[in-house]
Amino acid sequence: MDFGLSEDQVLLKETIRRYLGSECPTTRVRAIMESESGHDAALWQGLADLGVPGLAIPTPHGGAGLELLDLALAAEELGRACTPGPFLGCAMASAALLASEDSDAKARWLPAVASGRAIVTVALGEEGGVWDAAALTTRARDGRLTGRKLLVPAAAVADAILVAAQDGDGPGLWLVERGAPGLEVAALRGTDMTRRVAAVTLGDAPGVVVAGGRRAIDRARDAGLVLLAADAYGGARRCLDMTVEYALTREQFGQPIGGFQGVKHQLADLATELEPALSLWWYAAHAYDHIPERLERHAALAKAHLTDLYDRAARVATELHGGIGFTWEYDLHLWFRRAVFDRAFLGDAELHRLRAADLAGW
Amino acid sequence: MNLAYSAEYERFRTEVRRFLGEHWNEAPSGAADSIADLTGAHVRTDARATAFRLLAIERGYLYRHVPRRYGGSEQPGDPLKSTIIAEEFRRARAPFEIMGQGPSMLVPTLLEHGTEAQKERFIRDTLLGTIRWCQGYSEPGAGSDLASLRTRAVLDDGHWVVNGQKIWTSNAREAEWMFALVRTEPEKAKHDGISYLLIEMNTPGIDVRPLRQMTGDADFNEVFLENARVPADNIVGRRGQGWVVSRSTLKHERALIGGAHLTRRTFDGLVMLAQAVERGGRPVIQDPVIRNRLAELEARLVAAEYHGYRLLTLSARGNDHGLGGMVTKLYSTTLGYDIAKLAMDVVGDRGLLAPGEPNAPAMGMFGLAYMWSLGVLIAGGAANIQRNIIAERGLGLPRDARK
Ligand SMILES: Cc1cc2nc3c(=O)[nH]c(=O)nc-3n(C[C@H](O)[C@H](O)[C@H](O)COP(=O)(O)OP(=O)(O)OC[C@H]3O[C@@H](n4cnc5c(N)ncnc54)[C@H](O)[C@@H]3O)c2cc1C
Repeated sequence: MDFGLSEDQVLLKETIRRYLGSECPTTRVRAIMESESGHDAALWQGLADLGVPGLAIPTPHGGAGLELLDLALAAEELGRACTPGPFLGCAMASAALLASEDSDAKARWLPAVASGRAIVTVALGEEGGVWDAAALTTRARDGRLTGRKLLVPAAAVADAILVAAQDGDGPGLWLVERGAPGLEVAALRGTDMTRRVAAVTLGDAPGVVVAGGRRAIDRARDAGLVLLAADAYGGARRCLDMTVEYALTREQFGQPIGGFQGVKHQLADLATELEPALSLWWYAAHAYDHIPERLERHAALAKAHLTDLYDRAARVATELHGGIGFTWEYDLHLWFRRAVFDRAFLGDAELHRLRAADLAGW
Repeated sequence: MNLAYSAEYERFRTEVRRFLGEHWNEAPSGAADSIADLTGAHVRTDARATAFRLLAIERGYLYRHVPRRYGGSEQPGDPLKSTIIAEEFRRARAPFEIMGQGPSMLVPTLLEHGTEAQKERFIRDTLLGTIRWCQGYSEPGAGSDLASLRTRAVLDDGHWVVNGQKIWTSNAREAEWMFALVRTEPEKAKHDGISYLLIEMNTPGIDVRPLRQMTGDADFNEVFLENARVPADNIVGRRGQGWVVSRSTLKHERALIGGAHLTRRTFDGLVMLAQAVERGGRPVIQDPVIRNRLAELEARLVAAEYHGYRLLTLSARGNDHGLGGMVTKLYSTTLGYDIAKLAMDVVGDRGLLAPGEPNAPAMGMFGLAYMWSLGVLIAGGAANIQRNIIAERGLGLPRDARK
């Protein structure tokens, strides 16, 4: 019985935090987010050199052979630093590929993702708030895909997209390569500018089936839910830390504002909610590899709860910074925007709470 | 991270189970004790329970941090074993460590600051529940600002002569003894003028008057002390040290997973309630609004449960709980309130029926929990005081100005 991080895991977090501290200050975050593609290949390669995209990829496929929890610890640090990039898409795609039985696809793409040579993402969501495999309208027939995918992360820079679609046998995943005829990727402007999304239209585009059935799709979704929860925790914690620091230095009425009880209590309430919430996503991440029967439900609960908390943390933080917090120049809105993404992507809190209720058998 | 217990601990669990199977085979007493569980009032101290506790102490299962010579079982600190014991005793509904203020507050205080004579006289009987204690801290003018207390004790002919009033004293009518904070050095600064006294409740000059709570019951009381003479030896620690003495807390392994299992029971009860109660011809639990709220609460509950395991792991590794430990009271009392409130919404109009009314769903048990959720929010340091502790000690924000 040990519900805590190992020394290696603590070291992993520290290593990533140190790297991002020096390589990804908010000045760079802003430069990337204001760039055309929103992608900084050097930064991503740096993270890949640390092993980040391959943490949960088995060693035979070029990864570190660790677990989703380790990947989620990385997500927490990326969230904390508000790091731009294709992390989420790559992580979900790796989860999907690992659940597939297509050894060729695995051999070709997993080592490439782990080393940073390739970016692969997952196209799941569709018009009408659809994130469930059974409700997909994108169709596959004879290796050709037709349909429209909304909100595909990192699609514009992806070398390949795993498209969730249905054929005569039900849902599955098809791999579509960049530049395929009939594939159209239209960048969308997102509130969170650190994780770009695009609308992907498939007009009879060629795709290779990599997984039949819904399992690979579900694995990708559940990995995504856990990683969003971890990202949210990292971001929320950072909002709290930044605000405590600010409250100790900003003075009004002749004293630091952190001495006012109204301020202290808002921050104490936030800390009170955040501290235990850490264990909720740790548990969901642990379940991904060790307690499969509890994964779906706890990943849903974690995503709903943590992303709600992130929103609250970003709000309280902004409020307690006063006017400066509402400016473009001040960095807080980067996290506020990131919280908007975390809440909405893969479906909002209510959707996942209702799923959790169904999964509980209530 | 590993949620399984190692073989050594699984063997230990089997051993505890075997012990319980052999020595405690009473059928669970059913629904009646759930309300008592919610209020924490249920403690069996009849002869059979006491004999069982003695055996469990003998085997090393209860009061593991208390030396054998004072009635404990003196085991090396092992939070995992303590957790296993608590889990198994709970499952068997067997008498466990008595949770009252005596064992949880007085005993650690005596262990740290008591004289040999005090330890021998009080600890064993307190652990078995044969001496029951109440806590005489709060006064009409001294609640959150406890150190402003005014009950006075003056030394006279080998006795402390105590005058003053205590209030909100839980279980004062049942208790044989009270541990109290009194002012003995009025000329000193407020925290330095307090002493910690052990006062027998049948001392002449003590008058206990029940105070009725909002629930209608009277678990707490006013205690008036008029020239009550307390032997001089009944001071714990030195004169003027009472404040420091009263801060002793349990150093080791106590029911770390504590709170969350009661909350889990209440929550499971809430789900059953929502399945049983119908509105518009269908069970309330089919209402998406209710499902949404239930799932929101369950996320917070699961967080509390695994937060418990995280703190347990910190203890097992010899680390401090830090901020994580400071937030648990505020977190769990807020969650308890939200669960009780949803239960009130689930029963709808019948929520207006009083606890104990047979026509009320679940006998109005949730109505009682709803009211008690306020009691626990205030008792033992009101919510704002918790917030101050979290902000000041946990986050390092400036302390409030204090007089
Ligand atoms: C069910 C129950 C059982 C109890 N049992 C016992 C017992 O057995 N023995 C015992 O000694 N006492 C007992 N108490 C008393 C309890 O410890 C006190 O009620 C509590 O400490 C609050 O003190 P008070 O009632 O004087 O409220 P006050 O201290 O007057 O507080 C009133 C309100 O003001 C707020 N407040 C006070 N100071 C501050 C501050 N600095 N900043 C912000 N807000 C502040 C508080 O949060 C609270 O909301 C019990 C209370 C209850 C409800």
